[in-house]
Amino acid sequence: MLLTIRTTHVPATDLGFLLGKHPDRFQTKSLAFGKAHVFYPEANEKACTAAMLLEINNIKLQKNKRQQFSASFKLADYVNDRAYAASSFLSNALAKVLGSALNGNCKERPDLVNQSIPLEVKLTAVPARGGLELIHRLFEPLGYEIEAQTTVLDSAFPAWGDSPYYNLCLRKTATLQSVLTHLYVLIPALDNKKHYYVSQAEIEKLLAKGEAWLKDHPEKNLITKRYLRYRNNYVRRALNQLLEEEEPSPKASASEDQLEQPLKLHDLRHETVITTLKELGVQSVIDLGCGSGKLLRHLIKEGQFTKIHGMDVSHQAIEVALDRLYLRDAGPLKKERIKLFHGSLTYCDQRTKGFDAAVLVEVIEHLDESRLDTLQQIVFGYAEPDHVIITTPNREYNVLFEGLPFGKFRHSDHRFEWTRTEMENWATAVAKQYDYHVKFEPIGPIDEQHGAPSQMAVFKKKK
Amino acid sequence: MTIQIPEMSLVAMVGITSSGKSTLARQLFKPTEIISSDYCRAIVSDDENDQSASKDAFDLLHYIARKRLQRGKLTVVDATNIQKSARKTLIDIAKEQHVLPIAIVLNIPRKKCENRHQERTDRNFGLHVLRHQYRALKRSISQLKREGFRYVYVVDSEEEAQLLQIERTKLYNDRKEWTGPFDIIGDVHGCFEELKILLEKLGYHIKQTDQYFGYEVTPPTGRTAIFVGDLVDRGPASDKVLRLVMSMTVNGSGISVCGNHDAKLLKKLQGKNVNLKHGLAETWQQLEKETPAFKEELKQFLSGLISHYVLDRGRLVVAHAGLREEMQGRASGAVRSFCMYGETTGEVDEFGLPVRYDWAREYRGKALMVYGHTPVVQAEFYNNTIDVDTGCVFGGSLTAMRYPERSLVRVPAKATYAEPGRPIEESTRTDEADEGLLHLEDILGRRTLFTRFGKNVVIQEENSIAALEVMSRFAINPKWLIYLPPTMSPTEVSEENEYLEYPKEAFDYYESMGQTHVVCQEKHMGSRVMVIVGKSQEAVEQRFDVKEGGIGVVYTRSGRAFFDDKSMEQALLKEVQKALTATGFWESFETDWVLLDCELMPWSAKAQSLLREQYAAVGSAATLALSEVEAVLAQARERGIQAEKDLQISQRKQLVKQYQNIYGAYCWPVEKLEDYKLAPFHILATEGKVHTDQSHEWHMEHLHAICRACPPNGMKASHILKATDYRVVDVTDEKSRAEATKWWLELTQANGEGMVVKPQQFLAKNEDYLVQPAIKVRGREYLRIIYGPEYTLAENMQRLRKRKTSKKRRMALSEFVLGLEALERFAQKEAFRRVHECVFGILAMGSEPVDPAL
Repeated sequence: MLLTIRTTHVPATDLGFLLGKHPDRFQTKSLAFGKAHVFYPEANEKACTAAMLLEINNIKLQKNKRQQFSASFKLADYVNDRAYAASSFLSNALAKVLGSALNGNCKERPDLVNQSIPLEVKLTAVPARGGLELIHRLFEPLGYEIEAQTTVLDSAFPAWGDSPYYNLCLRKTATLQSVLTHLYVLIPALDNKKHYYVSQAEIEKLLAKGEAWLKDHPEKNLITKRYLRYRNNYVRRALNQLLEEEEPSPKASASEDQLEQPLKLHDLRHETVITTLKELGVQSVIDLGCGSGKLLRHLIKEGQFTKIHGMDVSHQAIEVALDRLYLRDAGPLKKERIKLFHGSLTYCDQRTKGFDAAVLVEVIEHLDESRLDTLQQIVFGYAEPDHVIITTPNREYNVLFEGLPFGKFRHSDHRFEWTRTEMENWATAVAKQYDYHVKFEPIGPIDEQHGAPSQMAVFKKKK
Repeated sequence: MTIQIPEMSLVAMVGITSSGKSTLARQLFKPTEIISSDYCRAIVSDDENDQSASKDAFDLLHYIARKRLQRGKLTVVDATNIQKSARKTLIDIAKEQHVLPIAIVLNIPRKKCENRHQERTDRNFGLHVLRHQYRALKRSISQLKREGFRYVYVVDSEEEAQLLQIERTKLYNDRKEWTGPFDIIGDVHGCFEELKILLEKLGYHIKQTDQYFGYEVTPPTGRTAIFVGDLVDRGPASDKVLRLVMSMTVNGSGISVCGNHDAKLLKKLQGKNVNLKHGLAETWQQLEKETPAFKEELKQFLSGLISHYVLDRGRLVVAHAGLREEMQGRASGAVRSFCMYGETTGEVDEFGLPVRYDWAREYRGKALMVYGHTPVVQAEFYNNTIDVDTGCVFGGSLTAMRYPERSLVRVPAKATYAEPGRPIEESTRTDEADEGLLHLEDILGRRTLFTRFGKNVVIQEENSIAALEVMSRFAINPKWLIYLPPTMSPTEVSEENEYLEYPKEAFDYYESMGQTHVVCQEKHMGSRVMVIVGKSQEAVEQRFDVKEGGIGVVYTRSGRAFFDDKSMEQALLKEVQKALTATGFWESFETDWVLLDCELMPWSAKAQSLLREQYAAVGSAATLALSEVEAVLAQARERGIQAEKDLQISQRKQLVKQYQNIYGAYCWPVEKLEDYKLAPFHILATEGKVHTDQSHEWHMEHLHAICRACPPNGMKASHILKATDYRVVDVTDEKSRAEATKWWLELTQANGEGMVVKPQQFLAKNEDYLVQPAIKVRGREYLRIIYGPEYTLAENMQRLRKRKTSKKRRMALSEFVLGLEALERFAQKEAFRRVHECVFGILAMGSEPVDPAL
């Protein structure tokens, strides 16, 4: 909420010209989100400090966007750090209040614009999502001398540790414009949030402000991604333009969980499941827990499957899948062959009946173990397809994943991960109860001691 | 002439073009009851005469007819209907929908029709068409009855048509206006002694007499016995049973529906060739001594037995072998056959008996379906059905179900009079693959939930969609979820300058809603939890049909487990159980389990990451920023530069401190059981009872006793249970109000969250309208957690004063009645899906966007 810029350039009051703001006045400008005040706590020959103070009113912001209550923490709209932290509001204020300086214009003293002067920038409550280390990674390559200071989260609860916010002091001898462009881009990147919807125009803004320096910044990928809020196509376009490359860079993955990435386990799983289904001579198949349709996309290509349905408990995932599989505007034949629906593995649903095979790829571990009882009744007792294929991680393999702390699961939503024996015990009991044969197969490279990263059970109904 | 038209019927107008069908139909029926083929033709093709559109037009006509009939609406088909095939389709639809097909024939002289036709400008075909039609009509008239029309009314002239009137009649099975109470008795099969004992147990006086058919039965006041049929065969005294039931029928103390054995006896009496198997031989022998006159009476009696009754405003249905919902209150051969034999597919089992399809498994009817026919070891409520045939004649017992009490009365058989054709098995339903499973169709889509509180609740489809994932992946086993608490509205904005919420508005609200007294309860700041705890693990697991190895459960307002650590949960429940045992709760409430509505503290126990990542983080950001701002402004001021208006930085710093102070008040570390505090404030339900008929004072008094309970062995009272401070306020008395306001100010100044104001009665009404079950009045400091540290700045207060509570209150009431409905259904052992649909509805309503700060 507070930015101060100090120079010891002689005469220091030239800063007033550069900023286009008179050092002896307290100026206030109204902005959409509140007010910006510009004033000079010191202004003499030797040193001059300009301050921009933002007054952001959460309660006023709320009135403007009443309906957008976030699901995770519903009070976040009222109780949040926006009034205090350095965020995209600051970038916005830079453009609105100090726009000429940001763009390198100075009517009265154009000579000053390209002059490097000693600058000391102070920012309060910079939210560094990525910690102090990230602050260094972002500002050091640009030649800043960094001083950062934080406080405890709450002095009454020392056990809670330190605040994730820093009061920053950055020093560099440079043109004022270059420093402002750095702040303009890097503050929202550190904050990793934006107070407005990111549209295509943001690419242009980023390229304009980052033109001179972003290309050579070692963290340009991270900065671009965060600045453009992980909108992959935007990120790709921005990076291409920045680097003036012809070829699109490899898919920028926003996935948090890249543990399994080197193995391409996901693809391997799908390949194995599809091969198995083909060998079984299955024609109709239902993907229970189809998510956004990754497996379905492969199944669709195989002519053997004449009826391919997908179900997921997340309505949003189904919506995404409908887009990804181009089902919304598909012809009647395709629509007849491929159907997606919102449903749940803990409720009986007529639509799950009558399939040759049901597949549950990495699904069961997303349910509490105590609910598996219901799941098996639904899948084996109620839907009762001829074949059921279930895959789930093999916990024993976890030790081989670098970066996965001991005892942790591969995904934060996993409610359990099984060893091979645990999986086999469960599947064997289920097969017995519901009159199925079952066999097991590993998926992925096999480690002698720990087995394969994923495991598959293939059930076949006894005639 | 007046003709009778049963309410449940499909009426076919039959007559040639221009014979006046449409005019007559309009004269006899409501416009919406008539579907005309011309109109359907116009709808699909824009042209009433476009014969190429006929197929589509009739598809549409049949579709509409089916939809209306499914809803039990009288439907009139206005088409020529002179072709047999056209009529057959209508008869098929009537059968399929179990309504009576009726024909009204316009047999108007051809000449008349021709004259009228020629006057019309809207028909473009020649007279030869009418001649063809007329011939077809003549051929048809005598066939109609044989084709299956139950009633055929022929109108021979225009004059007759003009004078024609209808009388709408109810079906015999429609006894909805009869509300009981009833005693519904299972298959008697000639077990006279047991029946007598049972009736006496139920309070009926039986006296032998010369009147009636030998018995004079006096029922307990207002009650009526209903027999589910199969009065005769196999047992020792079918004759006496018949005499008793016939006597009861005559004097109005009992009625019976028709069982398959009763129907067979009637056939025998009518002289038809009937196989004397399955006990009919014994009955026949017992009847041998009876006079022909009695046999004639018996014939009358038996042929007067109807297939089923729909009673008590449609809430109760009685049929011998049961009846699917869509067939209830209807009439067709299929209905009668279903009522007598149940659902069969023709398949026979190893005993050569028809395999009975368990229709009750899929029963979703709103009416309680009481039936017999299939002997079971024990009568059990299942999916809102109950089979009361407990095989008395096979040595089991004779059972009656009292309605509306839903209690069972049993009399054991004195002997085994016959061997069953197949063994009577213990209820196999618990072994069924989908026992206890819930069906998606019972929760998804836009649904209207009917409650017994005079308020029905509509759940929007998008809200159910949002709730499905929560219920499927995050909630605990839904078997535990018999209740979720409603949302609670705050007061209207206070008139006091400094306060957003203040007691006055809550008192005013209840006063305006006709309440003189309210109960003010201290509001704790923690997490709202529901606590189910049993007297023992076995008891609670049996009642809730779960096998999870615990004495109960603690769940949050969104149905999730409060504790990640199961052992901590069980330890806490153990404490509650101890206190309940020590106060003799199980005995005095005659229960094995209880559901308590509570607040569990500290807030930090569940909201740890929220506190650190949101609340404390905001505080620390403010601290970091505001000090710097203050310094820089001071520096500028020294130079003589300052803002026109005070930026209130030091004041804001102070507000942030107050904010940190208030959330801090609700945080303390929890490492062991004793660190938790549990404050129960409602005893919601125990076995068979929902305690919403008790006042809030009653709840408070009982809970205070429990919270202060000292275990008998001299151990200290539980440190975990916390009694909630409360007081009763007379809202019409200024002094009483002032005292309560003072109490509230003290509470909130000491960092309390505030108070909840409730009407004295749990379920309070203002005339016919339900009153808010609770209104919260939150403290000035507490609200910093809700509206941010600086909400008390004048400018902010001004904005917040515009908040609206009406939507929140609407939601609160809907969720409240759904919650109580769920509990009532659970208490009455209704099908679990009926409990679940209410609970799911509450969860779904939670996804409706409402200002979360309210």
